Amino acid sequence: MKSDFVVEFHDVVKIFPTPEGGTVTAVDHVSLEIKQGEFFSFLGPSGCGKTTSLRMMAGFEWPTSGEVVIDGKVMGRIPPYLRPVNTVFQSYALFQHMNVFQNIAFGLEMEKVPKAEINRRVGEALEMVKLGNMGRRTPKQLSGGQQQRIALARALVKRPEVLLLDEPLGALDLKLRKEMQLELKALQEQVGITFIYVTHDQEEALTMSNRIAVMSKGKALQIGGAVEIYERPNCRFVADFIGETNFLTGKIKTLAKDQVTVQLDSLNQEITGIRQGNLVVGQAVAVSIRPEKVRLADDDNKKVRELRGTDNLLRGKVVTTAYIGSDTRVVLELQGGLRMRAWEQNAISTLDPDAYYSAGDAVRIYIPVENTLVLPEDAS
Amino acid sequence: MTTAVASESPAKKFSLVRALRENRVAQGFLLISPANIYLFLFIVLPLLLVAGLSFLSRGDYGQVLFKFNPANYARLFDALYGKIMLFSLAVGLGTTLLCLLIGYPMAYYLARAPARQRSLLLFLILLPFWTNFIIRIYAWMMILRSQGFLDSILQWAHLTTAPLNLLYTPTAVMIGMVYEFLPFMVLPLYTSLEKIENSLLEAAADLGAPPWKAFLRVTLPLSVPGMIAGTILTFIPAMGMFVVSDLLGGAKTILIGNVIRNQFLTARDWPFGAAASMILMILTMVFTLYYTRKAGFGEELLV
Amino acid sequence: MSEKKPALWLRIYTFFAYLFIYVPILVLIIFSFNTQKLNIRWEGFTLVWYNVLFHDQQILLATRNTLMIALISTLVATVIGTMAALAMQRYRFPLYSTSETLMYVPIVIPEVVMGISLLVFFVLIKFTLGLVTITLSHIAFNVPFVALVVRARLHGYDNAIDEAAMDLGANELTTFWRVTLPTIMPGVLSGAMLALTLSLDDYVITYFTAGPGSTTLPLRVYSMVRFVVTPEINALSALWVLIIFVILAIGQVAQSRRA
Repeated sequence: MKSDFVVEFHDVVKIFPTPEGGTVTAVDHVSLEIKQGEFFSFLGPSGCGKTTSLRMMAGFEWPTSGEVVIDGKVMGRIPPYLRPVNTVFQSYALFQHMNVFQNIAFGLEMEKVPKAEINRRVGEALEMVKLGNMGRRTPKQLSGGQQQRIALARALVKRPEVLLLDEPLGALDLKLRKEMQLELKALQEQVGITFIYVTHDQEEALTMSNRIAVMSKGKALQIGGAVEIYERPNCRFVADFIGETNFLTGKIKTLAKDQVTVQLDSLNQEITGIRQGNLVVGQAVAVSIRPEKVRLADDDNKKVRELRGTDNLLRGKVVTTAYIGSDTRVVLELQGGLRMRAWEQNAISTLDPDAYYSAGDAVRIYIPVENTLVLPEDAS
Repeated sequence: MTTAVASESPAKKFSLVRALRENRVAQGFLLISPANIYLFLFIVLPLLLVAGLSFLSRGDYGQVLFKFNPANYARLFDALYGKIMLFSLAVGLGTTLLCLLIGYPMAYYLARAPARQRSLLLFLILLPFWTNFIIRIYAWMMILRSQGFLDSILQWAHLTTAPLNLLYTPTAVMIGMVYEFLPFMVLPLYTSLEKIENSLLEAAADLGAPPWKAFLRVTLPLSVPGMIAGTILTFIPAMGMFVVSDLLGGAKTILIGNVIRNQFLTARDWPFGAAASMILMILTMVFTLYYTRKAGFGEELLV
Repeated sequence: MSEKKPALWLRIYTFFAYLFIYVPILVLIIFSFNTQKLNIRWEGFTLVWYNVLFHDQQILLATRNTLMIALISTLVATVIGTMAALAMQRYRFPLYSTSETLMYVPIVIPEVVMGISLLVFFVLIKFTLGLVTITLSHIAFNVPFVALVVRARLHGYDNAIDEAAMDLGANELTTFWRVTLPTIMPGVLSGAMLALTLSLDDYVITYFTAGPGSTTLPLRVYSMVRFVVTPEINALSALWVLIIFVILAIGQVAQSRRA
């Protein structure tokens, strides 16, 4: 009964009662498929439903309607201890009254694995997370990063089909987090099982995942690889949540096969861009322009690098600049008081002050059509 | 090797277990039921019986007659018993106040003592608390009686010439009560005071407050939860006490607790005793409700 | 609180306060060795009263009763109380606030009221007063204390460890036995200790629910103090204090050893 996908959601809904007597829809008709061997992340702000989705896979919650399918089998109300998945918890959830070895061995004891094999596999698991000699320590004696690895080892030692990770790096400091991100990714490739990861940190998701499901208010807005999500967000929320971007609002004037013209609201001009999703003439849209994807030119063309006739052109004035080293971040003011950010890469090394923008400079802003995304306000 | 996944049929056989597992409300309800049933049977029911009993009458031989008699309550407020009730109230309040006055400095010292000394001192306060209180009252009997320990010492030091006759007086009762309830006041006070962060007092000093003012305006108000908890732990039991007044007060000092005890054992007027109990309970409930509404309940009590 | 050492007058005051607490106990112990029967004046050192104590049949019987009642009531109350604490801390169910209030009632009502109400109850249902009624009554006041202590200890409980256990293959029963119970055990033991002490010490409620034949140590001590005044009581008291001291000291050492 094996299917192509290791985890599937079929129109899953989860509704919780609130203490005041109402209800909240934590997961709102989510359908998706996760492939065997993928590193798949659920990404979104708190309350978006990502953790609830994970818990429904683990078996700590049951869908109000819809099906959660693991390995081709509908999970229904099957309890966690009968599911072929294991979880790494945000708080690590190590058993304080047991030492490291006993923690890791626990899952194998539940499977009634013989003692000799337990010893061997626990040893292997500890080696895998690089904590080989810590077997006799108690969780209290470990640092946060070490506890996290033990939690990982405890889950992995059972060789589950799917490993669920609920914001496991949240409590670690920045440097450790970045290290662990790379380690986890390497581990996943080494072990080869499916990792399903929950995080609110978009950089983390982009770094580690094969595919990402961006969630908001219980809905899965977009599911795709990092490039797809970043370059072609399908709605305003996704464009806003991932990376940085500028938004100009407007209404659709004309529609073509893939291009769209938009009459901008505050600026007295039109702009042409790529459309995302189903749009109709007259619809209110948000135009997403990422700061790194514009070209600035001052009036004497000194700083421009490339120009194309088809590019959109806006006019504005420099408000502030910030020299970051690798690039210069400029805040521009357009007509009508709208603000926009632009990042110019400092591709040519020069000390000539005229080569850098300063406050008050009048600039032309060139935006290639393919860098202009016309998005619906909401994913349909 | 993966964990076995259950197939559908076995689940149907044990549907009761499954239903229980899936229904958290039922689980919780079942867990609390033994306690609920037990407490209802042995606490609520008996109290209801007493409430009912308080309205009945006493027969000539001490038996209970099913005759409605509200006079029991009236009798409690007559000259004799009214005085006893007021006296009990006074003793309760007095004990609480004395414990507060005597215990506060102790708690304050404890809260500021270095850590090692602190655990020793806490241990020393708890130690008598764990020994039987009758024994401790007996010790005071020994000390306070005529030609007892206190008298012997005082006379030996030539401070007095005649016995003080302290035993079987209200003074003795107060001494016994304070002795008994002091730990109940000190411990919650200590817990409260200990929680006050050093930085608050430093801030007060930084803003120009001399130590005594910092105490009055910062420390004292922040220790109020502890005072409330200590008061509850002292006043309520003190009101219902009869052992201390029995042993140290003799026939001269009678509190509500003694009245109740006597009605049930010697005088055999159960309805009247029940009425007195109800009054005591109502007083207690009112007091507790008022105070727990003011402050949180429970945490301070658990040192 | 502050790290500054407290004022001198405060130290002196506290010293005398502690003295106030301990002098009676010390006097008690010292005079247990007194030869003089009326234990008012010190006459000479002797162990005779301890001898009398150990041969006092009533005391021995009372001690046995007290221990039995304490152990049984503690056991039952700990089980019921722990279940109740778990229920209140982790679940929502109908009658929740009623149950919570019910739990607090035995703690706030005066002991004498509880005592007489139990007396009335037992008499009404024609249940003969004796050791059984005492035990039933002790369970009644012990359950709330155990529940209170365990519940307080449950506050910081990370529910994720129960989920982790189930995630790793343990069913609900195994999870409780292997993970939940060991984790809350310190709290449960704390509650049990409290219950044990309350039961060993109880006078008022025992007084009302004891039958004519049944006696416990507190009851016996009371009647000895009231009617039979010999230094035997001092000997008993001294022993009692010593035993409690040893138990508490062991408890302290065990606690600091574990930390």
